[in-house]
Amino acid sequence: MRPGPLRSGLLPSGLLRDLALALAALAVFLAVPVVFPQPALRDFLIYFFAYGLLAMSLNLLVGLTGLVSFGHAAYFASGAYVFGLLMQSGRVSIPVATLAAVGGTAILALVIGAICVRLKEIYFSFITLAFQMFIHSIIVTWVGLTGGDQGLRGGIPRPPILGLDLNDARTLYGTCVVVFVVCIVAMRQVSQSPFGYTLRMIRDNPARANFLGVNVVLMKLGIFVFAGAMASIGGVLLALFVSGAYPEFAFWTTSGEAIFMIMLGGMKLFLGPLVGTLLLQTLNHFVTIYTEYHGLVLGSVILLIVLGLRRGLADYLYDWLQDRRARRAPSAPVPEPVVKSRPV
Amino acid sequence: MNLEALAACLSSASCAVTQVSTALIVGMLLFLVTSGLSLIFGVLGIVNFAHGAFYMLGAYLAFTAYALSGSFLLAMAAGALGVAVFGVLFERLIMSRVYGRDILMQLLVCYAMILILDDGVKLLYGGEYRMMGMPDAFALPPVEIAGGFVPGYYLFMVGVALAAGLALWLGINRTRLGKIIRALAINPQMVGALGINTTLLYAGVFGLGSLLAGMAGALAAPIRTLTPGMGVSILIESFIVTVIGGMGSIAGAFIAALLIGFTRAFGAIGFPLFVDGMMFAIMALVLIVKPSGLLGREAA
Repeated sequence: MRPGPLRSGLLPSGLLRDLALALAALAVFLAVPVVFPQPALRDFLIYFFAYGLLAMSLNLLVGLTGLVSFGHAAYFASGAYVFGLLMQSGRVSIPVATLAAVGGTAILALVIGAICVRLKEIYFSFITLAFQMFIHSIIVTWVGLTGGDQGLRGGIPRPPILGLDLNDARTLYGTCVVVFVVCIVAMRQVSQSPFGYTLRMIRDNPARANFLGVNVVLMKLGIFVFAGAMASIGGVLLALFVSGAYPEFAFWTTSGEAIFMIMLGGMKLFLGPLVGTLLLQTLNHFVTIYTEYHGLVLGSVILLIVLGLRRGLADYLYDWLQDRRARRAPSAPVPEPVVKSRPV
Repeated sequence: MNLEALAACLSSASCAVTQVSTALIVGMLLFLVTSGLSLIFGVLGIVNFAHGAFYMLGAYLAFTAYALSGSFLLAMAAGALGVAVFGVLFERLIMSRVYGRDILMQLLVCYAMILILDDGVKLLYGGEYRMMGMPDAFALPPVEIAGGFVPGYYLFMVGVALAAGLALWLGINRTRLGKIIRALAINPQMVGALGINTTLLYAGVFGLGSLLAGMAGALAAPIRTLTPGMGVSILIESFIVTVIGGMGSIAGAFIAALLIGFTRAFGAIGFPLFVDGMMFAIMALVLIVKPSGLLGREAA
């Protein structure tokens, strides 16, 4: 639809701003390895992109639609495995394998989602978890195809795409940056679209959405499939980078971590889950250096934050800043009522 | 797929008896775990995702008590009561702080609890497999039924689980306290207004649900290997049982648990690689045909 003169102030400017921000982010990420050439930082960022896509796509379900999925890592793993297996077959190029991984995962999410989205709240959480563990058990049991516990072994070949040699670490990094930023922009567009606002309405008042003629089940299924597809791209990036795929990608703890990333980053900002990803990854990075009891530390941190702050770190900061701003402007003629903002 | 083997087993009395006994113990363990999960959900409206970890805790407590005292009775009591106390503490100190908040928070609290319990067990017992071994009291020759051999412990286990299930059902449906608990599930404000201490009841119900998980763990300890991650698989299976049987229905949980038990025991012969798939297929079928489960009261 072509925007009319009246709408030109609304939608395109938002889009333009998003694109400008995306280009800036792209430039910053591409500049990082030039300024800080340590390979460790580059590797850290590639992990960040992969898990960031997982957390961001999960937030389309949790924050945007109010569907708390505890089984989102299944799609992350499915992306990694489909991609890895296709590349190992040696018959397809990387873009084709990626498309197939995303398409295959979308179909998987469609089948599982068709069963799950009819269920309410907590029921939805535990059935998505159950399906995820089913996928995990298939991966572990089907040793002939997936390598079972050991994961996909033998490495994933990286044939050049359009003259780009992905075996070069910097080219690989650049490709990951581009894919990551494009996916984030795509998710942003979906969340700002009329579809995205319909999902917010479903989250806040499903009965009203239903009265207005919205097909709630279909809308939920739509975002479930889209989120699954986006998570699979995270899986593809990770598989490409680590040159393999492992059953842990599909284990329930991966989903749990993704949920924690969302909570850490808070749900008030679109990019909140990325903040959470960064925080959790940094934490994991240091914890695994000092102790093998990673779960003990992570569990305690979660309990402290959930019971102590009662919200994510980023939300906490956001509220604190809001409070400060509200207190700084007491001279304003009509003080704005402090509205507890809902997730946007 | 090996359907001939399945047919052969079904037509031979001894094999059928052995598999039926396996199906019964798998089913009974699942029933105990699921009824605890379902009880907590039915009354408190929360799903205790850490329930599988409680089962694991019960098994390890029983293992420790047995190693220290050599008494299986004491081991059972330690498993069941220890987890019940742990459950009450967990409800009072942690879970009650996230009531009425986002599901996300409840999920995270349980997730944290599982991580801590799994790693705590790993810290104390090491990550490798542990075996408790059959208690001396049950070191008897297996009972022969129609040519098949059933260990005496299996019969004991089924008996205990049936007794617990029956006691739970009678307690909820036939006693005054059970009536109060049912009322609490429907209208907690009203129950509180009538002068009943709902906080205490919530903690009690959570403790009772945990006790069932701990008991299942203690019962399983002699026949299963103990590992820090043993709770996850039984948690997933009890979710499936809950969906098939219907949330909040003890009778439904019983039927569904047996169904899964039989699927596992006979599937292991007929279609070993497709056992999990079969369980999920049954669950999907139930969800499509009757979303509230076999005996569930209201739509999910």
